[in-house]
Amino acid sequence: MEQVIFWILAIGTVASSVAVIVPPMGRNPVHGALSLVVAFFFLAGLYVMLVAHLVAVLQVLIYAGAIVVLFLFVIMLLNIQSEDLGHPRPTISKLIGVIAVGFVSIVLIGFILKDKGMAEPPVGLPSDSTFGTVKTVGNLLYTSYIVPFELTSILLLVAVIGAVIMAKRRL
Amino acid sequence: MLELILLSVAKVMGIVMVFVMAVAALLTWIERKQSALIQNRVGPNRASVAGLRLGGIFHLAADAVKMLTKEDFDPETDNPLMFRLAPFLAVVPVMLLFAVIPFGPGEHFLISNVGVGALFILAVSSLGVYGSTIGAWASNNNFAMLGSIRTTAQMISYEVSMGLNLVGIFMIYESVNLQDIVIEQGSLIWGWLPAWGIVLQPLAFILFMTASIAETKRAPFDLPEGESEIVGYFVEFSSMRFGLLALSEFIGIVAVGATAAVLFLGGWQIPWVQGTGGWLTVAQVGAMILKTLFVVWLQMAIRWTLPRFRYDQLMRLGWQYLLPLSLLNIFITGVVLMFVEQGRI
Repeated sequence: MEQVIFWILAIGTVASSVAVIVPPMGRNPVHGALSLVVAFFFLAGLYVMLVAHLVAVLQVLIYAGAIVVLFLFVIMLLNIQSEDLGHPRPTISKLIGVIAVGFVSIVLIGFILKDKGMAEPPVGLPSDSTFGTVKTVGNLLYTSYIVPFELTSILLLVAVIGAVIMAKRRL
Repeated sequence: MLELILLSVAKVMGIVMVFVMAVAALLTWIERKQSALIQNRVGPNRASVAGLRLGGIFHLAADAVKMLTKEDFDPETDNPLMFRLAPFLAVVPVMLLFAVIPFGPGEHFLISNVGVGALFILAVSSLGVYGSTIGAWASNNNFAMLGSIRTTAQMISYEVSMGLNLVGIFMIYESVNLQDIVIEQGSLIWGWLPAWGIVLQPLAFILFMTASIAETKRAPFDLPEGESEIVGYFVEFSSMRFGLLALSEFIGIVAVGATAAVLFLGGWQIPWVQGTGGWLTVAQVGAMILKTLFVVWLQMAIRWTLPRFRYDQLMRLGWQYLLPLSLLNIFITGVVLMFVEQGRI
C-alpha cells in the first residue's frame, strides 16, 4: 500500500515538474505556474509519507498558497501571449543547462546505485512518535540549529529591505 | 480497513453534506431575508408550495432549479478547460477545511485528527484564491481580470495577519491540534472564567474576524466583487458554475464560523460543564453547532451594517493596522506567558 502511494506521488511530482517547462503546458506561463502548484502538492504528499506533517503543511501554505499565487499575479499582469514568446530556439545557455542537468543526474543515479545514503543522521533527531511534530521541530530550530535559523532570518530581512528599495527608488 | 473507510465516508457525509451544505444553502436565503429586514424591505416572498410561503424559504429550491436548468454560457477564451475547472478550484478548498474541525468530543465528530490541524486550515484556505484568479483569467474579460487582481492582492495581504493572529492561541494552548485546543479551553481561570480563546486573546479574535471576512471576500471587504463598479471575477460565469462560486463563498462563511468557534469560542465545550459521554456529548455537539451559527450570524450582520472600504483603505488596513497589531498581540502574549510561568501572575 505504502509502495503504491509512494510511486503515485513520485511519478506525479516528476511529471508535473517536467510539465512546468515542457510544452504543451510549459508554452503558457499560467499553465506552467499551475503545474508547479500540482508539483508542490505531490511533494507535500511525499513529506506526509515521511511523517513530516509540519513540512508538508508549510509546503502547501507558503509555496502553493502564497508564492505561486504571486507568480500567477505577475504573469497575469504581464499578459504574455504565446506569440510574444517566439519559437523555441537552441542557444548556448540551453546547451550548458542540458549538460549540467545530465551531469547532476548521472551523479545522483550513481549515488542511488551505490546506495550510500546519508553518512550519519543529523544531530538531535528524535526517533519516537514526537518526530516531525511542531514542538520537536520548533525545539530543534531554536536550540541546535539556532545559528542557521538566525542567518536565514537575516537573509530574508536583507531581501525585504532590497524589495522595498527596488519598489521605492525615491523615498 | 473497509470499516475505517465506511466510517470516514459516514463522517464526511454527516458533517459536510448534512450540516455544512444545509447551512450554506440556507444562507443563500438568510442573506436576502436578513438584508431585507435590516433595510426595512419585505425580501424574497414569491416562491410558495401549496400556498405556504414561510417567509420565502422556498426560494432555496427555486434558486437551485434555476441554477441547474439555465444555459451554461462559454465565453470566447483560449482556456476553456481552466474556465470549467475554476468553480471546482473554488469549492474544494473550502470543503476540505471541515476535514480537521472537531464538532464534538472524541473521534466520532471529527473527520481526521491531523496533528497540525490549525496550520492545515491556514494552508487550505490560502488555496481558495486559485478558483477566482484562474476563473477570471480564463474568462478573457477585463472586468473579471480586475476582480481577480483585487482578489489576489487582498487575499495575500490578509492571509499574513490571519496566520499571525493564531500564533497567540498556539502559544497559550501549546498545541496546533484543534481537538487539543478545544480540550484546553475547557479549563477555568481562577475557578470561574472559561479559558476560551476570546477571553484570553480578545484582540486576536477581532483581528481574526476582520481578516477572515476579508478572506471570504465579504462586505465590507467585497472589492473583488464590487457589483456597482466591476461586477466581479465571476462576471462570465453562468448557471451552476456561478452557483458553485457563490456556494463556495457561503461554505466559506460556515468554515470561518466553525474555525472561529473552535479557536476562540471553546469549540464543543459548554462553559462550567466538565466531562463527556451520553446525552452530554449530544449537548456538546449542539453547542458547537450553535457557536458556529452565532459566528455565521455575526458575519451576516457585519455585511449589512458596515459600508465598504475603498481599495487603498483596504490595503492600508491590512498592512498598516492589522499586521502590526497582530505582531503586538504575539509580543504581549509572550510577555504575559513569561510572567505566568514565573508565577508572578
